[in-house]
Amino acid sequence: MTPLTTSALPSPVPAASLTTTSEPPRLRTDKLTAMYGKSTAVSGVTLGFPANQVHALIGPSGCGKSTFLRCLNRTHELSDGGWITGRVLLDEEDVYDARVSAMVLRRRIGMVFQRPTPFPTMSVYDNVAAGLRAGVRLRRGETDEIVERALRQAALWDEVKDRLRGSAMALSGGQQQRLCIARTIAPAPEVVLLDEPTSALDPQGTQRIEEVVVELKGDFTIVIVTHNMQQAARTSDTTTFFYLGTMVETGATRQIFTAPRNEQTEAYITGRFG
Amino acid sequence: MASTVTTPAGRARGTLRASLAEQRGSRGDLVFRAVLTIAAAAVPALLAVLLMELVRGSELAISRFGLRFITDSIWDPVAERFGAWPLLAGTLLSSLLALCIAVPLSLGVAIYLTEFAPRAVRQPVAFVIQLLAAIPSVVYGLWGIFVLIPLLRTTLFPLLRGALGFLPLFQGPIYGPSMLTAGIILAIMVMPYIISVSREVLLAVPGSQREAALGLGATRWEAVRTAILPYARSGLIGAVILGLGRALGETMAVTMVIGNRNDVSASLFAPGYTMAAAIANEFSEAVKDIHLSALAYVALLLFVVTVLVNAGARLLIWRVARGAGAGSGAL
Repeated sequence: MTPLTTSALPSPVPAASLTTTSEPPRLRTDKLTAMYGKSTAVSGVTLGFPANQVHALIGPSGCGKSTFLRCLNRTHELSDGGWITGRVLLDEEDVYDARVSAMVLRRRIGMVFQRPTPFPTMSVYDNVAAGLRAGVRLRRGETDEIVERALRQAALWDEVKDRLRGSAMALSGGQQQRLCIARTIAPAPEVVLLDEPTSALDPQGTQRIEEVVVELKGDFTIVIVTHNMQQAARTSDTTTFFYLGTMVETGATRQIFTAPRNEQTEAYITGRFG
Repeated sequence: MASTVTTPAGRARGTLRASLAEQRGSRGDLVFRAVLTIAAAAVPALLAVLLMELVRGSELAISRFGLRFITDSIWDPVAERFGAWPLLAGTLLSSLLALCIAVPLSLGVAIYLTEFAPRAVRQPVAFVIQLLAAIPSVVYGLWGIFVLIPLLRTTLFPLLRGALGFLPLFQGPIYGPSMLTAGIILAIMVMPYIISVSREVLLAVPGSQREAALGLGATRWEAVRTAILPYARSGLIGAVILGLGRALGETMAVTMVIGNRNDVSASLFAPGYTMAAAIANEFSEAVKDIHLSALAYVALLLFVVTVLVNAGARLLIWRVARGAGAGSGAL
């Protein structure tokens, strides 16, 4: 396995973990610092995400985990005054290189947001196909296939197959969020980022999303930000704890939740703060 | 009840009932309510009185000409023959021309101001655009006569006739004052309204929609086209309708540049006339009862056209807004 999951690693020295990896992580950051104007949201995070795993980012509100996530596919720079130092590498290629197009990057690193964001004027079908049309034109049959596959992967197909032409707004909140997952994975990205995908959902909707997330890691590398520690424990292979914009501890989820090395991590996961 | 605890000791018992009675009995509230009710009732009342007066004023013309008034094109006060077709056509055509020119430009400006412009520029430019709406229309008219008409006569009009002269729209002599000139000046006048409202509507589109599109790898333009414009469409239609309403009723600037000739011509270079312009020009000089009555009939017609256009627009917005969307509330 990859070193991030071995408990023998000293923490928090994740840079070392990267050097011992048998295969390089699909996505990694190198001393990533994220700024809003002059204020720092994330400082000096070096972290790797191996392929086909679910990686959870946990921490109290305002700890910078969402900002960190948004740096990974360059959505942070869409915010007012958002800029970064350091590097983000997708397959060892710097995504902030001047020659890299943010649009092309975001087709390889998809993102699901906190609240479901279906396009309200589009049908279920058109929502899933929206990302495809942003890229290259496909033949009708191909689009049908991709839409069905994405909806099946998002465990939504059976619920919507009879109303693909209906409005996406007629779906429940949980269905809308799975629709957004389908829309994100339809263009076949390599990495899927999920920013607190269940925080606006009821327990049932949450459970479905968690099941989908675990299923998806067969095809994608997944990074999920969550407020909910049980969710991190249930879905992820590795977990990173953020606090006050810095990375406090990272390791195998089991280790983080059963034997955290850092006192703050322990205090947070046992519910003493946050 | 929480309120019993917080009210002064003397009123503690039976507070709920007492406080309701207090509210109902409060004199200030009663007066305030009465004033607001009167103000609100005054609007439909005014509309009704206006309509009644117009019908009463045009009775003579209605009984003499009937509905033929709308299709007849002869307007001869001396022979006491009146037909408003050229006026009606002129009003609709000049407004349509104005929208054809103003809508693409205005949407472009609004999209630029909300999505593409550097942050420092957005607010000042929006402010300047709103200032344009404050210029009196007679000033636009004068500017039209002294600046726009000479300019168009020597540049754009000959160019159009050269390039598109095979179309009947761009044939015939170029005088300067014309249907096209009126359309252009109207376009300039309604643009501030359309831009301001569309800008508000576009600003009301949630950032999450924009991010959702960009997160899928859409370019800025694709995000505008697939996420932002569809979300805002009912509000944008509302913005256009507001502009159309302005254009239909605009009087002063139009009468100064349209040429005021009572004629329907295929050529946009030919002078025309509008309902509003005819009323403004002739009302003070009309001496015969039938002439005055015919002008009131024109006013009634303008009133009906405006109401119909607005009702149709409202219907359009309803149908488009079905399935949610932003900005419909802005209307």
